[in-house]
Amino acid sequence: MSWFKRVSEGITTKTKEKKATPDGLWDKCPRCKTITPHKELIESKFVCPTCDYHYKIGSKEYFEVLFDDNKFKELDANLTSGDPLGFVDTKSYKSRIDESIKKSGLKDACRTAVGKSNGRKIVIACMDFGFIGGSMGSVVGEKISRAIDYARENRHPMIIISKSGGARMMEAAFSLMQMAKTSAKLALLDKEKIPYISVLTDPTTGGITASFAMLGDFNIAEPEALIGFAGPRVIKETIGKDLPKGFQSSEFLLEHGFVDLIVHRINLKEKISKLLSMVWDD
Amino acid sequence: MYFDFEKPIQELDEQLEKAKETHDKGKIDMMDMINSLVKKIDETKKEIYGNLSGWQRVQISRHQDRPYALDYINAMAPDFIEIHGDRNVKDDKAMIGGFGSIDGQAFMFIGQQKGRNTKERQYRNFGMPNPEGYRKALRLMKLAEKFNRPIVTLIDTPGASPGLEAEERGQGEAIAKNLMEMAVLKVPIICIVIGEGASGGALGIGVGDKVLMMENTWYSVISPESCSSILWRTWDYKEKAADALKLTANDMLKNGLIDGIISEPLGGAHTDIEKAVSSVKKEIKKQYKLLKDKTVDDLINERIEKFSNMGVVNEDVAEH
Ligand SMILES: [Zn+2]
Repeated sequence: MSWFKRVSEGITTKTKEKKATPDGLWDKCPRCKTITPHKELIESKFVCPTCDYHYKIGSKEYFEVLFDDNKFKELDANLTSGDPLGFVDTKSYKSRIDESIKKSGLKDACRTAVGKSNGRKIVIACMDFGFIGGSMGSVVGEKISRAIDYARENRHPMIIISKSGGARMMEAAFSLMQMAKTSAKLALLDKEKIPYISVLTDPTTGGITASFAMLGDFNIAEPEALIGFAGPRVIKETIGKDLPKGFQSSEFLLEHGFVDLIVHRINLKEKISKLLSMVWDD
Repeated sequence: MYFDFEKPIQELDEQLEKAKETHDKGKIDMMDMINSLVKKIDETKKEIYGNLSGWQRVQISRHQDRPYALDYINAMAPDFIEIHGDRNVKDDKAMIGGFGSIDGQAFMFIGQQKGRNTKERQYRNFGMPNPEGYRKALRLMKLAEKFNRPIVTLIDTPGASPGLEAEERGQGEAIAKNLMEMAVLKVPIICIVIGEGASGGALGIGVGDKVLMMENTWYSVISPESCSSILWRTWDYKEKAADALKLTANDMLKNGLIDGIISEPLGGAHTDIEKAVSSVKKEIKKQYKLLKDKTVDDLINERIEKFSNMGVVNEDVAEH
């Protein structure tokens, strides 16, 4: 569960690296440090034009990438986390949620929406890493479940974009059971023969990988994403050795047969659309 | 072996031992003393075991003399035939399964298996299945479905195995597949946490019509030690983490995340294995009776409905 450290840094593209200049907003690539005007970055689908680094983006940007003219209807936008266990560690869960809502402008770690993509109606559930590491608590599980129900009832293809460190510890077993819940909903969608495409982005680990992220009719990964069940640190500690280069990368998963294809973000919309056209008649 | 919190019992046990010795030597009549000590031990046990903390139950759930999956299965179903392998990579020794019958009714038994000494523990990979373990479990579940036999899973794992090979062979995918398939399996599924129920590794055989926990077990998304190390950045807060995670059978039942609790002999299942086995057997028969006449549709719908209702969210309808 590596999210804990990363969340305190926030999404790199959002806070540290974004600068306002007289010409507008600029973003600095965390990998090659190239500075790109924000407007240009939107056109390149938030991929660095110099080094192909896929910026860590959230639901707002993915909706922009996938929905025609960025038009969509958000589903269940008013769900927020309860605190079923009254969880307190060094901070109370309640205060973590309140802080995250303030800091990220989001209500939880997932947004769901229906809209047209290349003219075809689809439902998208997209995780937001910027909200407590994209961790899955009851809200994430419930929103994804309801989105799958919506896709099934209205017979729209379902897309889930994963970006998460895994379970939300502060909801303990409630969080765990979201894995069973979302997987059960996908089983029902599967019975109706409605396509489900899982998009795995950096990072997709833990309980997310052990539930909906690996259950796509098609599993699509963005390049060089970290995808795995156990976190790299845990594995390293267990085996007492450094991990081989590229271990748990998208390319590693493709090689071992767990993702169907790796798609550059600039082609994501087209590729999804093409895949759907092969298997789905609206 | 005594746990720290069992110290008062240990001291009384030792006094009792001495009193008995003196009595047996025949010089002094110690019967009054012995009787009062026996009574005191009983009271102390009730006092201690009646007020166990989360962390104390975690300790009992890991007791090395605690019955493991095969101990229960062989005792409940003496005709048990173990079957092996995922028909793909290998036979995972941390996940066992096979057909066996309880009072004439055949069940498919599946469970995580731990070992009792160093050699056995390694052989069983400490009860941590690899992907092939979950795929073996699914193969056996499909077999049960094909022949219309109910399934009993016995959960006892510190987690799915974290390692290079587990990742190479798709640990996440293997567990995910089980969650999806178990949700729509056409035969009754009874799941019982008999020891440790750690995270996705436990849930991978844990999607059932009835999910039960034995009294001194735990079930959560993470172990208290790991939770402590992540949230407090040190292992020292495991007791606090165990409380915060609400991982005991009582808490899980209260939160509507399991369907029932199987009580254990005073002091834990390891103190009277025969009694523990008989409680589990009785519970399986009772639960199966409740499930066996349901139609397949009802069974699946109710199973999915149950898991769908798990979770607590605030829904502010007044807001746009
Ligand atoms: Zn770059």
